[in-house]
Amino acid sequence: MTAFLDAMGRVPPLLAQHLLLAFCALLLGIVVSLPLAIVSARRPGVARVALGLASLVQTIPTLALLALFYPVLLSLSALVGGGIPALGFLPSLLALSLYALLPILRNAVTGLTGLDPAVIEAADGVGMTAWQKLRLVEAPLVAPVVMAGIRTAAVWTIGAATLSTTVGQPSLGDMIFAGLQTQNWALVLAGCFSAAALALAVDALLGLVEHGIAARRRGRVWAALAVLAVGMAVALAPMWPQGGPGHVVIGAKSFSEQYILSRVIGHRLEAAGYRVEYREGLGSGVALNALSSGTIDVYVDYTGTIWADTMKRGDVPPRDAILAGVRDWAARSRGVTLLGKLGFENAYAFAMRGDDAARRGVRSIADLVPIASRLRFATDIEFLDRPEWAAVKRAYGLEFGSAHPYQPTFMYRALESGAADVIPAFSSDGRIAADRLTVLSDPKGAIPGYDAILLLSPKHAHDARFQTALRPLIGRIPVEAMRAANYLVDRDTDKQSPEAAARWLEKRIGF
Amino acid sequence: MAASRDTDLSVAFAGVSKHYAGGAVAVDDVSIEIAGGSFVALVGASGSGKSTLLKMINRLIEPSAGQIRIGGADVTGEPPFRLRRRIGYVFQNIGLFPHLSVAENIAIGLRLTGRKDRDGRIAELLDLVDLPQEYSRRMPDALSGGQRQRVGVARALALEPGLMLMDEPFGALDPVTRDQLGRSIRRLHDRLGLTTIMVTHDMAEALILADRVLVMARGRIVADATPPELLAGEGGAEADALVSVPREQARRLREIGGGA
Repeated sequence: MTAFLDAMGRVPPLLAQHLLLAFCALLLGIVVSLPLAIVSARRPGVARVALGLASLVQTIPTLALLALFYPVLLSLSALVGGGIPALGFLPSLLALSLYALLPILRNAVTGLTGLDPAVIEAADGVGMTAWQKLRLVEAPLVAPVVMAGIRTAAVWTIGAATLSTTVGQPSLGDMIFAGLQTQNWALVLAGCFSAAALALAVDALLGLVEHGIAARRRGRVWAALAVLAVGMAVALAPMWPQGGPGHVVIGAKSFSEQYILSRVIGHRLEAAGYRVEYREGLGSGVALNALSSGTIDVYVDYTGTIWADTMKRGDVPPRDAILAGVRDWAARSRGVTLLGKLGFENAYAFAMRGDDAARRGVRSIADLVPIASRLRFATDIEFLDRPEWAAVKRAYGLEFGSAHPYQPTFMYRALESGAADVIPAFSSDGRIAADRLTVLSDPKGAIPGYDAILLLSPKHAHDARFQTALRPLIGRIPVEAMRAANYLVDRDTDKQSPEAAARWLEKRIGF
Repeated sequence: MAASRDTDLSVAFAGVSKHYAGGAVAVDDVSIEIAGGSFVALVGASGSGKSTLLKMINRLIEPSAGQIRIGGADVTGEPPFRLRRRIGYVFQNIGLFPHLSVAENIAIGLRLTGRKDRDGRIAELLDLVDLPQEYSRRMPDALSGGQRQRVGVARALALEPGLMLMDEPFGALDPVTRDQLGRSIRRLHDRLGLTTIMVTHDMAEALILADRVLVMARGRIVADATPPELLAGEGGAEADALVSVPREQARRLREIGGGA
């Protein structure tokens, strides 16, 4: 219960961001769908196309729709010579607005086409212009139906807004994603609870507006709208001092180590007098782009990830060659500064249960090859599509009997419970020691090096103050310390928050 | 009240036709003149084109060919909404605005034209259609069918039109209400000096209320006569067929009465 109350402490700023995003998306949805509905009600051809497209959008998973806006906005930005942010608020806004279209559009069109023809004939008969007919007759008569559509859209939008976390827009999803990752169920619960409560509250207020319109009670309509407006004003309040010279945003991908390191970085910068904001749960591919575009100022990535994913290199040279290659490439093509290695590596490391490995006599990936067809392989969500897996298959000719992707946490669970026999673990993961896993060696050197590196956005390339604040972290974090800190967050009992683990890590490495 | 109104508005059709895509002909080359101040009934079976002919006057339907003039002026000479504000329109389904009160319904034309002092005019109109003043705050769904059509008539009269178009105005009413409202309409016509064109399929109603009856069939006017002429059998075969129905009914009623 205390864990839940602690978690609720993180809600207010995220709730504000969440509400702001959902409200703007809903507003944009209304602004687009109402005129479209008016045209659609008069032209059945337009209605077919508009409703068809809106329905089609609904069939795209929200997560995919959010992700799709990234390349779209990026190319759009390139087209107009830059300046359009491809991450954060804008793609979230656009994706959620598209979702809001259908219920409003469908209700408005149904309402307009279903109006009593006699009333329309009377409106024409008394000499109304098209605009007067819309304003005095059609709009008031379909308002309750349209409001019902807006309510549906509001609930959907507030729910789907949790997913905007993945494209770098803070929302209540931050808590859900972070909680899922670190198995902090109190955090997940607090995030879900807050999002649900927000949805219900907004739905209730809009319901009041709907009934107020239907019952011709102006007072009730205005009171409900006033409460919504006050909520928005409160949500906007923290936005006013946004930006400014001392304000920095620290990025983190969606796993424990990233959450912990972002806090360590944040503490260094706060000590140097910066005002710090965290943008957590970024998709792996999203983070570097967020950095290049200046959406975030600094984050931790891994040489092998950039080498294989972003630079699309299939060869696997020694660790230092990869580091040098990434440093050059980042500076040249992205203007991103690689400040240095943190000191530990977080590589993919094939692992098995210790007793199982001993029983089967497996010590290296090569030993797996003859028995692999009888083994079940569990991976994180992306591994099966990653170039490392292609490289391993190429080098060893490895084919598992079955292969299933999981959330990283559940990947370990699958191994532990015997639902899987082999996983690509992370070498800095505390659970390797805790679960007594055997890490298999890679005699053919198929998996590239994954040194953790500190990357700075272009605007800090020559920022001496910023770099001085962060330089003490370089080469300072040994893999044992990182593993132990990760385990504080990932273990099942007496779990620590990433914040607490960061404090522990700082003490351990002597800050 | 009559001061601002166009009086004695004549309506003239010249070669007016309405064809629909697919070849259906609703109105077929009608040319006729309706004198200002007259009460004309358009009678015919369903599909004879009478409603279409009526609705082309206030351009709820646009003719395929021909010209319509009101008081000598072509109806296409101004935007439809301006034309319609000078013409009262009452129809079978009434079409009261369900979200507006009786007073707001009656005053809608005044609102459209930005007229002030609506309250006085609303009171006047309620009197005109024999509705009590306290009805002004009621909503349409709290009225009987006859009361609703009275509100519909008041709404049509609000802007003091010189011309009233009525499309089966009593079609959905019971016979008693029908008779009462018919008398009211005729009184209003005489008192306000209106030109009234009423579509009906009920020949008895046409004979009782109108000065002149036009009988339509297959989109054409097949008879044009006063009620006495029609009753005297001077309207031709099509008209006689229609007149014979109420005449026969009246005869049988007399027989029943005489036999009792």
